[in-house]
Amino acid sequence: MQLISLQDLSVSYGGNTVLSHVTVGISPGEIVTIVGPNGSGKSTLLRSVIGAQLPSQGKVIRSPGLRIGYVPQKLHIDPTLPMTVRRFLSLPDKVSNQQAREALEQAGAGQLSSRQMVDLSGGQFQRVLLARALLCKPQLLILDEATQGLDQPGSAAFYQQIEILRQTLGCAILMVSHELHVVMAASDRVICLNGHICCEGEPEHVASAPEYRALFGSGTQGALALYRHEHNHSHDHSCGHDHGKELAGSHSPHVTQEARG
Amino acid sequence: MITLFDSFLVRAAFAGTGVAVAAAPLGCFVIWRRMAYFGDATAHASILGVALALGFQVPIFAGVLIIALLMATAVSGLSGRGFAMDTLLGVLAHSSLAFGLVAVSFLQGIRIDLMAYLFGDILAVSRIDLAVIWGGASLVLLMLWARWSALLTATLSPDLAYAAGINPKREQLVLTIALALVVAVAIKVVGVLLISALLLVPAAAARPFAATPERMAAIAAGIGALSALAGLQLSFVLDTPTGPTIVCVAAVLFALTNLGGIIYRQMVTAAESPR
Repeated sequence: MQLISLQDLSVSYGGNTVLSHVTVGISPGEIVTIVGPNGSGKSTLLRSVIGAQLPSQGKVIRSPGLRIGYVPQKLHIDPTLPMTVRRFLSLPDKVSNQQAREALEQAGAGQLSSRQMVDLSGGQFQRVLLARALLCKPQLLILDEATQGLDQPGSAAFYQQIEILRQTLGCAILMVSHELHVVMAASDRVICLNGHICCEGEPEHVASAPEYRALFGSGTQGALALYRHEHNHSHDHSCGHDHGKELAGSHSPHVTQEARG
Repeated sequence: MITLFDSFLVRAAFAGTGVAVAAAPLGCFVIWRRMAYFGDATAHASILGVALALGFQVPIFAGVLIIALLMATAVSGLSGRGFAMDTLLGVLAHSSLAFGLVAVSFLQGIRIDLMAYLFGDILAVSRIDLAVIWGGASLVLLMLWARWSALLTATLSPDLAYAAGINPKREQLVLTIALALVVAVAIKVVGVLLISALLLVPAAAARPFAATPERMAAIAAGIGALSALAGLQLSFVLDTPTGPTIVCVAAVLFALTNLGGIIYRQMVTAAESPR
């Protein structure tokens, strides 16, 4: 039984198709990473999973009673809202001091309990978000570019914590990441997204797929695909679907990416 | 039979504290969610409710409640649809006030004291008014108490709320209804022009002393009640209009607490930094 499955999911905002015909399933205990350029629908996909975004077509099936821990990309807390870390952990459901302490320690944020949320550094803030996500004993942990704004050692430490969590808690993890070396090291499965699923599979398989290289490889002179050697820059349509058709614009995805790179 | 509520001053004191205690915690949400203008628009529209109530000869409370609900629902429905919200709310707030004032002038044969609705008439609160005010205020507090955790989560982040199985749109509706209720009960006390002040000023005054949202709401309720009682007393001594005097007291408390907060923080920083 899969924890969650998206079946032929399409999402559009006001005439713009952001996701089209996406079919994805997450099994218990697996780490799935979504990669893709800006505007490729990564966050929309995660928001569909948590139920914040209604599909315009297709459906989202959650296993009954599924517990999801969600770590958002960023969270702005208005400075007029006083909020200690301890209080934040009890939202929306009250947790005991013991539970709060354990979750903070698991997330590597042990000493922060009495601090105000707005006073935390970026890394501390992300760890507190992670601690809060752990409190519901999630079967599925969702991370939306959780290390955005952290420096390299900070994000490396953060992902080490995630890896430890997976080993100790055994939860499935669905994450969006720009850090491809992290993706390659930690994921069971990688989904390369650009409005539609370009390709998916084990990291090794995806990294050698021409669709992936078209998005991340040559266009950036290899800067994004540090750990992969350069192949020729062709984008053959071996995966059997049209890469341009589903996008709102008329450009095909890799051409758009090239222009940005 | 002689009761406590025979004195108009006692009735005024109870009316003022009732409204202040309900408005202050709701005001915290208005501040946290940055919906100050939302309160203004709803409050100003209620003068139209007064005109309609007088025209159709229904209780003022009912007319105001209905118009405030309509306005609050319209505004919250329009939000998040890509309009320039501050402009739209500004337009709605002031044009609804203008339409309300024009509508009142059409009423013939009814002598009404417009000032009483614009600035409140707390000294004329009747026993029935008092019952309505405390009924409405209790309902608002009950709604906030029952939905507190969900409201806070939705205020922090709609996505966090969705992930926890809370629908932020429903929480928005709870706040919308609570706001309409507060406007409807507060119109007698401070009038349409100053209702927003009763929502915002005590909550803003409470901010420097609060470490958690609950404490901020509680302190705000205390400051609101204190403002109501002290304002009533002052207006009696100085012979000034009561509603505005209450708001003046709250504003002075706001200045004092925020000044105190700044001085306190500087002292803490100075004590922490090595010489």
